[in-house]
Amino acid sequence: MDGLGPIDPEPEAEEPIFHADWEKRVLAFTVATGPLGLWNIDMSRHARESQHPADYLRNSYYENWMAGLERLLVQTGVVTPEELAAGHSAGPAPDSLTAKRLTPEQVTPVLRKGGPADAPADAAPKFRAGDGVRVRLRHPSGHTRAPGYVLGRIGAIDRYHGDHIFPDRHAMGEKIGAPLYSVRFEAAALWGDDAVGRSAVYVDLWEPYLESVQ
Amino acid sequence: MPHDPDHTEPPSDPALRAKALETILTEKGLIDPAALDALIDTYETRIGPRNGAKVVAKAWTEPDFLDWLRTDATAAIESLGFGGRQGEHMRVVENTEVIHNIVVCTLCSCYPWPVLGLPPVWYKSPPYRSRAVSDPRSVLAEFGTELPAETEIRVWDSTAEMRYLVLPKRPAGTEGWSAEQLKPLVTRNAMIGVEEAARPA
Repeated sequence: MDGLGPIDPEPEAEEPIFHADWEKRVLAFTVATGPLGLWNIDMSRHARESQHPADYLRNSYYENWMAGLERLLVQTGVVTPEELAAGHSAGPAPDSLTAKRLTPEQVTPVLRKGGPADAPADAAPKFRAGDGVRVRLRHPSGHTRAPGYVLGRIGAIDRYHGDHIFPDRHAMGEKIGAPLYSVRFEAAALWGDDAVGRSAVYVDLWEPYLESVQ
Repeated sequence: MPHDPDHTEPPSDPALRAKALETILTEKGLIDPAALDALIDTYETRIGPRNGAKVVAKAWTEPDFLDWLRTDATAAIESLGFGGRQGEHMRVVENTEVIHNIVVCTLCSCYPWPVLGLPPVWYKSPPYRSRAVSDPRSVLAEFGTELPAETEIRVWDSTAEMRYLVLPKRPAGTEGWSAEQLKPLVTRNAMIGVEEAARPA
C-alpha cells in the first residue's frame, strides 16, 4: 500500500517504551492470556488482521492487539459480546481454564522458554540454495504469510531455515511442518523500473508458497 | 465491543476499553494483575536494546563469538542469557563496506524482543512497513542515513518466526576499544538497520 506519508520517527533517545498506561495493560494481558492455550500465534495474527482494513490502518498498534484479543475471546466463547459491552463478567471461567492462569512466578520462565516454531515436515526440502522459485499466485480466504508484493514474483533460494509450523494451517488449529526458506528477490523483480539503486528483499517463505522455475 | 468485520466503527476510548477487558478477564479468573505487572516490568526495565548492544560489542571484539553468530546466532545469543519469546530463531545479518542490511515486518510487527525489547512505534507503522521494501533508500534518508550508491541494500522482511538482528559496521576510530567502551555506540536503530552505529565522540 502506498501514500501512507512520512515515517516521522520519534528520536530513539526520547521515545518511551509505552505512550500510555493502557498500552502496558494491553501488552500484558495479551501475553498473559496466551498460556491459557485457547489459540496460537497465527490465530492471534489472523484475528488482528480480520478487522475492516479502515479500522486496522486507523487504529494504533495496541488498539489492534485489543481488537484481536476481543475477537478471540468471543470466538472461543470465553467472553460474550454482552460482557464486553458491560465491562464486567457475568460469571467465572471454567476451572480447567483458570488452572492455567499465568502466575507472577511463571512470568520469567514462560518468557525465557518462548514458543519455538520448528515442526518436522513430511518430506525433505525440495529446493536448494541458488534454485530459482516463483511465489505461487494464491489468494486464500484465511490467514497467510506470503506478502502480496511477492505473489507471482521470481526469486532465488538463499537458504533453508529448517522445517517450521505452516501458518496458513496453524491459523485453523492444525500444526504441520513445512520447509522454510529465505528467498532473495532483486528489487527490479518486485518494483520494475521504479526499483531504486542496488537493493534486494529477502522474504521467509514456506515451501507450499513456492514453485520451481527453470 | 468486538469489531464487525464488515463495517468500520468510530474509535472508542482505548483506555476505557482496556480497563473493561482487564476487569472481565480478572473477574473470570483468567489473569492475575500481579502477573501483568511482572510482564510490564520485564519489558520496561530488563529486556531492551542494551541486550543487543552487548551481543554486537562482543562480536566486534571476539572473532570466535562472531563466527558463532554466523553459524548459530540463536545459540550464541542464548549464551549471553538472551532468548525465548520472539527470539526463538535468530539470524544475524552483517553490514560490510558493500552491504547494508535493514529489517522490517511488512505483515505485522515481528521483532527480536530478547535483544531489542519491544518495537518502536515507527517500526510498527504502515509507512515504514510499506516503504522499507519498496523504497529503502528514502526510508534510510528519513533517519539521516546516506549510503554510497554502490552499497547494496538488503531488506529482511520477517514474515516467519525467524528474527533478524543487524550487526552494524564497527565505527572507525575505535581500534583497541573494549566491548564495554563500544556498547554505547550500538544504538537500537543501528541494530534494526535504519542507521549506522554511532561514531566515537
